[in-house]
Amino acid sequence: MGLDVDIRHRQGAFVLEAQFRSEGRLTALFGQSGSGKTTIVNAIAGLVRPSYGRIVVNGRVLVDTQSRIAVPMHRRRIGYVFQEGRLFPHLNVRQNLLFGRWFTPREQRRASFDAVVGLLGIGHLLGRRPATLSGGEKQRIAIGRALLADPHLLLMDEPLASLDDPRKSEIYPYLERLRDEGEVPVVLVSHSVAEIARLATSVVVLSEGRVTASGPTEDIMRHANLFSRLERVEAGALVETRVAGHDLAYDLTRLEARGGPLTVPRLDLPVGAALRLRLRSRDIILSLKPPEGLSALNALPGRIVSIDEPNGPSADVVLDCAGDILVARLTRKSVERLGLTPGLEVHAIIKSIAFDPEVLVRAPSMDGS
Amino acid sequence: MSDWLSPEEWTAVGLSLKVALTAMAASVLPGIAVALLLERGRFWGRQALDVLVHLPLVLPPVVVGYFLLLGFGRRGPIGSFLAEHFGIVFSFRWTGAALACAIMGFPLLVRAIRLSIEAVDRKLEDAAGTLGAHPAWVFVAVTLPLILPGILAGMVLSFAKAMGEFGATITFVSNIPGETQTLPSAIYTLTQVPGGEGGALRLTLVSIALSVGALWASDWMARRVRRRYLA
Repeated sequence: MGLDVDIRHRQGAFVLEAQFRSEGRLTALFGQSGSGKTTIVNAIAGLVRPSYGRIVVNGRVLVDTQSRIAVPMHRRRIGYVFQEGRLFPHLNVRQNLLFGRWFTPREQRRASFDAVVGLLGIGHLLGRRPATLSGGEKQRIAIGRALLADPHLLLMDEPLASLDDPRKSEIYPYLERLRDEGEVPVVLVSHSVAEIARLATSVVVLSEGRVTASGPTEDIMRHANLFSRLERVEAGALVETRVAGHDLAYDLTRLEARGGPLTVPRLDLPVGAALRLRLRSRDIILSLKPPEGLSALNALPGRIVSIDEPNGPSADVVLDCAGDILVARLTRKSVERLGLTPGLEVHAIIKSIAFDPEVLVRAPSMDGS
Repeated sequence: MSDWLSPEEWTAVGLSLKVALTAMAASVLPGIAVALLLERGRFWGRQALDVLVHLPLVLPPVVVGYFLLLGFGRRGPIGSFLAEHFGIVFSFRWTGAALACAIMGFPLLVRAIRLSIEAVDRKLEDAAGTLGAHPAWVFVAVTLPLILPGILAGMVLSFAKAMGEFGATITFVSNIPGETQTLPSAIYTLTQVPGGEGGALRLTLVSIALSVGALWASDWMARRVRRRYLA
């Protein structure tokens, strides 16, 4: 499994120059609107023909302008889940799901109808018309329809953008199952840090038509500078944890991270369940001594790895807490006053408020780790 | 019931139905093709084709009939060619009446289909392409079902126009009872002879009934299609 993109494309005044590789199960293309995310997935799907470059999916060359290769859209076997679903209004749900199957040679049909219907929980909708479905249901059908065409790669262009938060949370678990249990690698276009933190295994960050960073999600999420000022407050570190136990008397749950124990409001999860936390940089403060007389419950000891001082009043202090990397957003003044330097042992105090349900997200399967 | 109209009048009604149905059926496929070309095609002369298709709408019908006579008459270039090689004769035959009606109704048919093609969400066609459908299959499985209401509406318009066509028909194929005398020609003839008022009135009622029936049928089909998409 692999995706190799190296394209240059001009569309009016907009110039896209994107080059990245990804081996991830779920690669997120992240950037603001107008950064070229959709143009890239359209080029992979064959809806846009790039002026110059190469696109290779799982070793198969789909586009190579130098050798004049441009596989037509209908022969690419690239699934595409569009922002607006694009279900066929004249077909019912079952016919929509099976649409791609008509065009798949029998010996290449792998996806099982029942398995896909089960994965997406859409068995009760099969006889309905698209016009009668809710937005969340439509998107699940669109995902199923793409999967049943047996794609080599599944593209999703902000599939949840048109949905409200309850509908989004209705779909997230299905996307996670797709990532963890499915056989098809996914490319997800998104401009939501929370969505990427929750879903992606690797991230490609785009800005004004250029790739500004790419790599595993944990690495990218730490580098707050990659995100524009608006998103920066949301950026932070990802920490893998397990549920260690529940404290019923106080309605709390204890989590075990590599850096130490963390306490959060009670979660309805079994002991041993894996969780991925996003600790936002602005929610972490540093202390030179073990904290005393503080209301915050969570403090992890760690060593300063580096101090990133961009222009402006604040600095990002990167900590290593027994293997978990945290980032604290401090003012430059505090950095100077505390005498923080790389190598120094400090304590990261995490304000409990950081553990709101949106931040507590299920981790990708941690079995075997 | 059958003696309500005279045998000659029945013949005119039957002939009119035959001519109108033939004209409608024969123009559907060319109508879809031309509508697609005009709406989606990018070629030199598109504007000219557009004007040509719309000419029957703005020209006096007599002029269209006269052009047909010149082109498709027995000695006309197209008429003589078709008669010689395929044995198809239009002049003074009911087939000629059908040709005249088809051409007069063609702009209406094309306009209705064009409107529905314009309304098709091209993104659905892209979606079908990413699912592995060859462009031809995209047309058959997605575009065609979506423009079906427009095609049906165009067919009804074409049929209704054919039922009422008079000028081009009478100029091209004359007014021969049993061969080219359609409903409007028959009504016209009856109004020209003394004592024909009764027959003219009866045929007029028949004409109204057929037109209203066609409109009702198209409305019913459109509602059925819409229900199919929404229910």
